[in-house]
Amino acid sequence: MKGNEAIAHAAIRYGVDGYFGYPITPQSEVLETLEDEQPWDTTGMVVLQAESEVAAINMVYGGASSGKAVMTSSSSPGVSLKQEGISYIAAAELPALIVNVMRGGPGLGTIQPSQADYFQATKGGGHGDYHLIVLSPATVQEMADFVGLGFDLAFKYRTPAMILADGIVGQMMEKVVLPPFRPRRTDAEIAAQCPWATTAKRGRGHRNIVTSLEMDSPKMEENNRRFQETYARIQENEVRFQEYYTEDAEYLMVAFGSVARICLKAIEDARAAGIKVGLLRPITLWPFPTKEIAALSRRVKGMLVVELNAGQMIEDVRLATEGRVPVYHFGRMGGMIPNPDEVLDALKKDFPEIK
Amino acid sequence: MAKVKGAVTIDDARCKGCELCVVACPTDVLLLQPKEVNDRGYHFAFAANPDACIGCASCAMVCPDACIEVYRVVLPNS
Amino acid sequence: MTPEEIIKPENKVYARPRLLDDRNTHYCPGCSHGVVHRIIAELIDEMGLEDNTIGVAPVGCAVFAYNYIDVDWVEAAHGRAPAVATALHRLNPDRLVFTYQGDGDLAAIGTAETIHAANRGENIAIIFINNGIYGMTGGQMAPTTLLGMKTATTPYGRRADLNGYPLRITELLAPLDGTCYVTRQAVHTPAAVRKAKAAIKKAFQNALDGRGTSVVEIVSTCNSGWKMSPAKSNEWMAEHMFERYPLGDLKNI
Repeated sequence: MKGNEAIAHAAIRYGVDGYFGYPITPQSEVLETLEDEQPWDTTGMVVLQAESEVAAINMVYGGASSGKAVMTSSSSPGVSLKQEGISYIAAAELPALIVNVMRGGPGLGTIQPSQADYFQATKGGGHGDYHLIVLSPATVQEMADFVGLGFDLAFKYRTPAMILADGIVGQMMEKVVLPPFRPRRTDAEIAAQCPWATTAKRGRGHRNIVTSLEMDSPKMEENNRRFQETYARIQENEVRFQEYYTEDAEYLMVAFGSVARICLKAIEDARAAGIKVGLLRPITLWPFPTKEIAALSRRVKGMLVVELNAGQMIEDVRLATEGRVPVYHFGRMGGMIPNPDEVLDALKKDFPEIK
Repeated sequence: MAKVKGAVTIDDARCKGCELCVVACPTDVLLLQPKEVNDRGYHFAFAANPDACIGCASCAMVCPDACIEVYRVVLPNS
Repeated sequence: MTPEEIIKPENKVYARPRLLDDRNTHYCPGCSHGVVHRIIAELIDEMGLEDNTIGVAPVGCAVFAYNYIDVDWVEAAHGRAPAVATALHRLNPDRLVFTYQGDGDLAAIGTAETIHAANRGENIAIIFINNGIYGMTGGQMAPTTLLGMKTATTPYGRRADLNGYPLRITELLAPLDGTCYVTRQAVHTPAAVRKAKAAIKKAFQNALDGRGTSVVEIVSTCNSGWKMSPAKSNEWMAEHMFERYPLGDLKNI
């Protein structure tokens, strides 16, 4: 099935309580699949086509406030519209899952694949000091798996998580093993797991308030300190990545999402020609595998960051390497996708000593 | 006909002296303190003419700060 | 009888609502918000809904509504309360979910969320405070500001050619198939307060009964923004606001 469809099926099986979305290419299959499956008749999951991305993300905010597992999906221009709500969700310390199946920008751009929302996803996106947990799937299987992972992390840390997929992963078809069905949580389970949730008082004896507002500056600074402590714990515990051929690598490629698969093919071609190249694929774009890239920067002669953008993740790679080795970028934009030969040519051009 | 007598208590500290109760009272029971103010500087309302109160709760109905409580007794015919 | 003889628990006919928080509100003296808060607190208690209610607070002067009425609250982004309430109710369908919004929140930045929630017939109650001005940000023009009315952003009075016309959004909501009860009330007199309370009670009951969206507009004063005394503001409202925003039911099915 398609990556977008895998997300929809995984959401139903995970026991998601609500999905709120708005159609936009290339991710409309998420909403379409959910409407087709009619999960309200089976698991009781709410599916709603909102009037806008702005409304959809605020529905997520409302649903998450009551401790429910709620999500939305969109593509780049739509995710820009959601940024206000995402900032509120982060500030109110609510768990939620946001899926961005990226298309080429800026502006209306193109409906073809892109990775140009890396900055937006990993550096906050909306206003204020906050982070999302950003998961980068490279396969349809990971599209399915990261729904559950995203929610697990979001609830563990009470912070929104994002699946940052590119249009390739969203649209391509692969075999996938879907997670087993699990029941949605009961009201009692939600009350136990989320004592902060605005479920109505229900005999609790005191009221719960979900808000991001705090007019008292010392308290607001304290809130921000708490957010930063959460982010520090996430950085300590939740970095995920995959390494390929790095044991003896003299050069390292760094790429995420579907581009990592193109790089892997280029690396296999390079290895066949005797060039020792490895690949690091960050799975969490935030928290970023800074330590791992720093360690590799002590062993390799140089790095090539390959992205479907003008150079975004390269900034985090360069910060990690602290200038120890040259780090170059190869990117295609506007929906164009490089082939493995182009990637290998770029590596050779940047490192002329490679024959 | 039975006669109705009323009385009000006003939470001085909570009153913001908006005067809406004074306007709403049909029997001119209430006034704002002409000189005295509460801790927040408001000339709070008080029952200047308590004998006229009929306990209709009009003052409490329009009070934005819910600082008026109303009491009422129905007196038997004398 | 002396007042001391009358002031006894058995004679009490009106008390501060139990569900109104003990703290003083941040509202200006005479602000209509306080009256509407009081009514809502009374109703939630009288209808036995303390444990079953989720309120959605707006951005604007009533942003702190959650501090004053002792039920669960979610504070929404500016204008988004109907979207927040939509999800809260759909995911918690046996609860009373209501929004409390001002004119800027509901009729300007949140117009889309308001109209679409009402058009879907979300089983929520929308309490809409229309005082014709942005109070919280210092008295700027609202979509409902009357023509000729001076505000911080219409210092020479609102002009139709520059600023458009005062928006009667409640009239836009009444014809929608999703709404079951649309009414306009005020809280400037004891009689008006009683009627407004009955209207909000009906809106709450409609939401509980799953009859669709109810909208209760309360034409209100902002004496600070209007630069008048509270009493004078009530007079001015009756004289000028009611002409553009006449009181009464627009829809009741």
